Amino acid sequence: MRDQLNRFFASRWGIISAGLVIGVLAPVLQKLGNPGNMGVCVACFERDIAGALGLHRAAPVQYLRPEIIGFVLGSLVAAYLFKEFRARAGSAPIVRFLLGGFAMIGALAFLGCPWRASLRLAGGDLNALLGIAGLVVGIGIGTVFLKNGYTLGRATKTYPLVGWVMPALMVGLLVLLLVKPVFSEGGPIFFSAKGPGSLAAPVAISLAVGLLVGFLAQRTRFCTMGAVRDVILMRDFHLLSGVLALLAAAFVTNLALGQFNPGFTGQPIAHSSHLWNFLGMTLAGLAFALAGGCPGRQLFLSGEGDGDAAVFVLGMITGAAFAHNFALAGAADTVTDGVVKVGGLTPYGMGAVLLGLVVCLIIGATMRERLPKLDTMEELSHADR
Amino acid sequence: MPTVDARGLSCPEPVLRTRRALDAGVFPIEVLLDSATQRENVRRTAEQVGCRVEVVEVGDEYRLTLHR
Repeated sequence: MRDQLNRFFASRWGIISAGLVIGVLAPVLQKLGNPGNMGVCVACFERDIAGALGLHRAAPVQYLRPEIIGFVLGSLVAAYLFKEFRARAGSAPIVRFLLGGFAMIGALAFLGCPWRASLRLAGGDLNALLGIAGLVVGIGIGTVFLKNGYTLGRATKTYPLVGWVMPALMVGLLVLLLVKPVFSEGGPIFFSAKGPGSLAAPVAISLAVGLLVGFLAQRTRFCTMGAVRDVILMRDFHLLSGVLALLAAAFVTNLALGQFNPGFTGQPIAHSSHLWNFLGMTLAGLAFALAGGCPGRQLFLSGEGDGDAAVFVLGMITGAAFAHNFALAGAADTVTDGVVKVGGLTPYGMGAVLLGLVVCLIIGATMRERLPKLDTMEELSHADR
Repeated sequence: MPTVDARGLSCPEPVLRTRRALDAGVFPIEVLLDSATQRENVRRTAEQVGCRVEVVEVGDEYRLTLHR
């Protein structure tokens, strides 16, 4: 039975089914209360968590999103059921932290992770096209580094406890979400009274969807960054078929639920500052490629024991705090009396995106291992051992 | 036998290193891995180019032998 399931999950239909499930459930979560074109957004939801904990004080974006908790715990359950939980760590964690931070700054310049970019497009937000184009370019730059021997080095097996830290943190967040303690007058835990952070599907449903998606994504290795990377690097369309399934399913579901509104202006929680939508996601795509996974994938990896992926996640949450404390995040377009005021980045936000690109280029260019020549395979054998 | 030790490496490095060995064309090739994800990825890559893949589980690790 387990072998049959494993074969299915590893197959083309396995990854497509994961994409279909996410593509249907995300718009449904939106219908049930989540923000516009944000049924699921790993970057936005981690940003909301940073806000709920008071790591930033942007009042409209503070909530302990149960979907994120579910992603990690669903992956943990899948990894244990299928005997794949492996505690491992030690592959340049501080660099992964930095990559997570800049990935978040790039994603928040655009206002979304790759998942939300797909969901925005599926909801008719054409600004997402600029973000997706940026993502492809960023990942493309990452593949050039990978071809030239870029590596963050090896992780090694470690104590099971190391792999349990992230799931334990998520259980802690769940307790805070359910108990809603106030730690001091006017202090955390913060829950937005208005704005995107106040828009949420019922906790039990969000958590259940998170658990299901976490389970499926752990089994199928669903990854939006890997989807693009594998096509560019190896003409391998396996992961991409999952992302395309997500896009198609979300489009159809949005049509069915009356949530499809095509155009560039008046889109929910989005801006039409094209250059920075593009460059923000170029930065995010490059950082994801250098770290080996999209934000969702990093959560699933952290649930199956990967301590380095967990550090990337903490980097993202820290990056979100910086993004809002230092006014780096994109501001949405606003419409007053029928007049559109284009949002976008402050000069600080633009500077942060450019700084992030420079830092990622330095990381990609300098962290290289020279691989041995191919004509002497014995050499490869020795050097690789 | 050429050996690719890709233990501890993250995506897509195990596959890239395996492809280098496949390109060199000396068979069989041994690939050492320590995650099920990489086992599937390497197996898929090798099978796509017509290799037969033998998998042996050694403790927490995997030893794949790729035959032409």
